[in-house]
Amino acid sequence: MRLYFNRIARSASATLEGLAVTLSWVFRRPCTVQWPDKIDKPLEETLPERFRGILEVEVRVCTGCQACERTCPIGCILVRTERNAQTKERFITGFAIDAAKCMYCGLCVEACPTGAIRHTTQFAGATTDLGRLVLRYVPEGTRVVPYKPSAEPPAGLAPRGSLAAAHLRQCFPDTKEGAR
Amino acid sequence: MWELVRTVAGQGPVPWYYGAAAALLSAGVLLGFASAFAGLASFVERRIAARMMSRVGPNRVGPQGLFQFMADGIKLITKEDLFPEGHDPILFRIAPYFVFAGMLGTFVALPFSARLIAADLNVGVLYVVAITSLVVVGIILGGWSSNSKWALFGGLRSAAQIVSYEIPVGMAILCVVLLTGGLSTQSIIAAQGGMPWNWFACHSPFAAMAFVVYLIAALAEGNRTPFDLPEAESELVAGYCTEYSGFRFVVFFFAEWANLWIMSAIATVCFLGGWRIPLVSVAETYAHGYWVALGCLVFAGKTLALVFVVIQVRWTLPRLRLDQMMAVCWKYLIPIAFVAVLGTMTWMVLLPWDSALGKALRGVVFLATLGLLGHLARRTVATYRADAAHYSRMAGQSLWYAPWRLP
Repeated sequence: MRLYFNRIARSASATLEGLAVTLSWVFRRPCTVQWPDKIDKPLEETLPERFRGILEVEVRVCTGCQACERTCPIGCILVRTERNAQTKERFITGFAIDAAKCMYCGLCVEACPTGAIRHTTQFAGATTDLGRLVLRYVPEGTRVVPYKPSAEPPAGLAPRGSLAAAHLRQCFPDTKEGAR
Repeated sequence: MWELVRTVAGQGPVPWYYGAAAALLSAGVLLGFASAFAGLASFVERRIAARMMSRVGPNRVGPQGLFQFMADGIKLITKEDLFPEGHDPILFRIAPYFVFAGMLGTFVALPFSARLIAADLNVGVLYVVAITSLVVVGIILGGWSSNSKWALFGGLRSAAQIVSYEIPVGMAILCVVLLTGGLSTQSIIAAQGGMPWNWFACHSPFAAMAFVVYLIAALAEGNRTPFDLPEAESELVAGYCTEYSGFRFVVFFFAEWANLWIMSAIATVCFLGGWRIPLVSVAETYAHGYWVALGCLVFAGKTLALVFVVIQVRWTLPRLRLDQMMAVCWKYLIPIAFVAVLGTMTWMVLLPWDSALGKALRGVVFLATLGLLGHLARRTVATYRADAAHYSRMAGQSLWYAPWRLP
């Protein structure tokens, strides 16, 4: 009989305590981050340094060694090089990354001897056309002279993230992200 | 509504089409109210639930996400009306109508203020309790005709639950009927006073017990958490409405949200003084339009406060197991409800409503209730304070975020 009333008292006090806890949460600040429009600065700028976002290539320090292409487990990187038979000069004629296939494992970044290929904090890649997610860092018809690791690095390299951001803006002209 | 007909038709016999027009008009108004309430309640509940989980809730569709429920409704209406293989064609189609009729029929006897009632039936609460049972018929039909084991389990659980919990609901309402000496909802309200200590919930400890029993049993009858076994997502997909889609599904959920108002309104009518305004007599309330309007606000305020409690309970307590649910009903609620009925009777005989001791004890019960609410507030502040200092040190901003502040 005492157990019976104890149970009633226990459940009543436990429910009351539970109601007090949930009621107190109504007055607390929600921890939600309301991306993309209700935050102080773009999320891309506040993400941590080592965030593995969409890949970008600074072709001015690319040696054209194709280590990234070889190490990519899904083969989403394509590096095309040409060789002038007379002068024995090599050129990079294409460097494309299919961001739709990329799984952000970062093996290419590990393999790159010069740090030309790198992760950015860009992540917004919504599109209506998957083909737009092929990011061509060496435009069609241009030839880039590979970088010599012994040389001084060229001045005025693009800051991390800016190249990918520029590509993503071109790739998604019809989305809100592109407009921003 | 009948008063309106009388005013229009004058004295003497009333032509039948006046009655029909009045019935159609009140049905339209009640349906409009029920739809608006159900939609807004779903939005408000999602917002409250979100805040209790440290989220912000729907805030995209329309201003502050207010039109989220319209978007959901339109989406569901435009969906394909699917029928599961091997379903019972007639029962499957007819089940939502039962649920809908059981829900909307209840509104007929629910008052909104002194004059605002569709029909002040002299069997008011009995009618309400009776027609609510139509819902269980619809749920069983839906569960049975779906030809799905989840739906069948949901329907059977719901039947067991609602039939069991009708008893404590009936006993709790019986206390009120004893106190009033009448079944009509308006007479129940008129028998109570405007001041909180003159409400039936404060009449005696037994009436207070009946109030608590009613609240718990009404939660179970409305299939609300912690008694949502019939539609337990983690066990039964969606229970009896697993196989429903499109508009039929809307009807089930519409009834569930509208039921939020119904259960709270019945509790307000029976235990919390309904539309009674403090210091204003019943006759005065009936006589002046502005008192009627104020009474409507008072009634809505009390009911919405209860709706908030019901929503909060949903996000506070975990779901009961089936045997626990049955034990709560048969081992606890029903004996307590019987004690409440007998106690109320004894109290009425020994301490009449107007006796000095009766008044004093009403005040004591009221103070005890206030003390309980004070305890709740104290514990709320304590749990908040326990985390506030840590939060502001770690996050660099205050933990305080007022509930009315929009995200």
